[in-house]
Amino acid sequence: MSLTPPNQMIWWKEPIHRIEVTWIILALSWCLVLFLWMPYWHVFGDQNLSSESYRIKPEAFEAKAKAMADQYTVRKETKMEIPVVKPPPGSDVYLVARLWQWWPILELEKDKSYRLHISSLDWQHGLSIQPVNINVQVLPGYEVVMNITPNQAGEYGVVCNEFCGIGHHTMLGKIYVK
Amino acid sequence: MAVKMFRKCPDSGLYFHKTAESLMKAHAVLGVVYLLIGGVLGLLVAATRAPGIHLLSAEAFYTALTAHGTAILIYWIIFFEMAVLYFASSTLLRCRPATPGIGWIGFLLMLIGSTMSMVAFARGNSSVMFTSYVPMPAEPIFYLGLILFAVGALIGCFVFLGTLVIAKREQTYDGSVPLVTFGAIVACVIAVFTIASGAAILLPTFLWSVGLINNIDPAIYRLFWWGMGHSSQQINVSAHVAIWYAIAAILFGAKPMSEKVSRGAFLLYILFLQLASAHHLLVDAGLSASWKVFNTSYAMYLAVLASMIHGLTVPGAIEVAQRKKGYTNGLFEWLRKAPWGNPVFSGMFLSLIVFGFIGGITGVVMGTEQINLIIHNTIFVPGHFHATVAVGTTLAFMAITYFLIPVLFRREVIMPGLAKWQPYIFTAGMLLLILFMLGAGTLGVPRRHWDINFADAAMQYQFAGSAIAMMGVAGMGGILAAVGGALFCLIAVGSLVFGKRLDQGASLFSSFGLPMADSSYTVERPDRLERTPVESSGSSGHAVEAKGTFVLALVFLASFVVYFFINAKYLSSLWKLG
Repeated sequence: MSLTPPNQMIWWKEPIHRIEVTWIILALSWCLVLFLWMPYWHVFGDQNLSSESYRIKPEAFEAKAKAMADQYTVRKETKMEIPVVKPPPGSDVYLVARLWQWWPILELEKDKSYRLHISSLDWQHGLSIQPVNINVQVLPGYEVVMNITPNQAGEYGVVCNEFCGIGHHTMLGKIYVK
Repeated sequence: MAVKMFRKCPDSGLYFHKTAESLMKAHAVLGVVYLLIGGVLGLLVAATRAPGIHLLSAEAFYTALTAHGTAILIYWIIFFEMAVLYFASSTLLRCRPATPGIGWIGFLLMLIGSTMSMVAFARGNSSVMFTSYVPMPAEPIFYLGLILFAVGALIGCFVFLGTLVIAKREQTYDGSVPLVTFGAIVACVIAVFTIASGAAILLPTFLWSVGLINNIDPAIYRLFWWGMGHSSQQINVSAHVAIWYAIAAILFGAKPMSEKVSRGAFLLYILFLQLASAHHLLVDAGLSASWKVFNTSYAMYLAVLASMIHGLTVPGAIEVAQRKKGYTNGLFEWLRKAPWGNPVFSGMFLSLIVFGFIGGITGVVMGTEQINLIIHNTIFVPGHFHATVAVGTTLAFMAITYFLIPVLFRREVIMPGLAKWQPYIFTAGMLLLILFMLGAGTLGVPRRHWDINFADAAMQYQFAGSAIAMMGVAGMGGILAAVGGALFCLIAVGSLVFGKRLDQGASLFSSFGLPMADSSYTVERPDRLERTPVESSGSSGHAVEAKGTFVLALVFLASFVVYFFINAKYLSSLWKLG
């Protein structure tokens, strides 16, 4: 019984049920498939998060984002006059997370690649591009660089999905893909 | 010592040491108090996230959500686990507890610490979520409360280990410790690691909150915090798997199919589970892909393998025991003829099924490095851990409580008719909550979010209508689960206060048809705990095979494979990322 000591003193030498052995082999094989799938997808898959990241001071990141916006702003939207920035394909694109805003609005071209840099200027945030459903953690002091190639035109919402205080649910940004 | 400190429960045959018994009762009762508090908060959270009800204000919602997570995930579960540790050492090994006075100090620290952080929540300035990610600040008493609670729990762990030493020295048992105690030892080892990780990050964070340290690195915080945050869930896994084995033994006299396999699986937990903190960092900055792949897989999923083994051996042990009793027809007579009206069984079995089929599968799938991109921080995540913790752990603890009320507290379970239904009501509610949170999360709905309609935002975004509808069903499920949880608290607390005393010739499961007789503290030294008798049938004892369980396991594996590849397919439809 599981509530009493095993009946054999040397319990690690007792034979194993056939069903147990079969199951262990099956389960271990599946575990190895799961494990190997990850490196496999790094080689053959198209959706891998790059591990390119840097430490950066919030002011330095903000300055880079501002410089990009000054150069490539095409119009302004919303009452808050948020710039809509259209950087050339292949360029470095910056998206700032801060309480409680994604800045600026980006306008990208379909099937073109961009180097998207993200960082937070204050607390932790969660980049969640919807409805395509891409979710990445955003930390202050760290700059993540993702190579993205949007494959469908449309208007995407940028939700914050890491709790960041009382205005968290108002933190919404936008990416246009044309 | 010639003092008679033990009592023998005549039908369960368990020996209870008077002091250990009081410690068990105190921890279990406090646990249920926190389950009640956390459950009420959970109800408020569910009713706020349900579109159309949207009960609380944003501020109250974030406070309630923070307190809900902390009260349930830490306080209910760890108070109850301390009771399990005293049970698995003093009661199962028939041994006096080591340094019971220090055990009480541990209990007091846990009580004071947990109260402090609940006060911090009530003051409203510590709504930082259970994870309290820096640099978002909480009040110093929030961190201090967590630290004191952890110190108290650590003391409880060492009293447990001390009790094992005494049992060994005084030879209160023959051979190796029982499997259930073995599982509790694993839980304790993981708990010590967990608390060490927690101390490593919460102490500096506390010093930061009072201004003695300038800066806590958010990435390092996350690494260490999850060394506590996820490892603490592995304490739960070890503890509730031990309880599954215990209930199988109590109700069916089931013995493990083979001690070696079950104990080996527990050992895999110690060796590999702690790497799990990594799967919270799969979309974080600063970590290489190979680090993520190795760690998130707990080194090639060896800890997942361990859970898959327990998933076979626990029902397998029940099946073998039932078949020996003559339930041999077909693949599933042993299961059909199980005592489904006894909440000790139904709670345990539902816990096992939901933990494995839903909690386990979703957990491994979302912990795959690349698939985490479509799941991280969506409401899929709470969907997953309600399957593991709210049904897996909590329901297993509820099930054993129905056994402990008569055996430990010497009271009859009140309202047996309701108790019979309680595990089903709770599970039905939780299943709705879980499945529809998983669905909404797949459509991108964020967790920890007050308004997915973004009414106060500068821009507009509209989630799919189906996502909103699923949040509605999840909300209804949450409310039903809260009713099931409230019934449990009502029956448990009600039985302690109003239940018939079992001092004179009453019955253990009188409400469920099993007999029990009288007991009081009349034993000075319990008989030594003897080894499980060798069974007469056959030399190997392997004549009976658990065929039905094996078929269930194959169904499980097939679901796992299918669900994994559905998600891999979904991932491949995303924008190209590299």
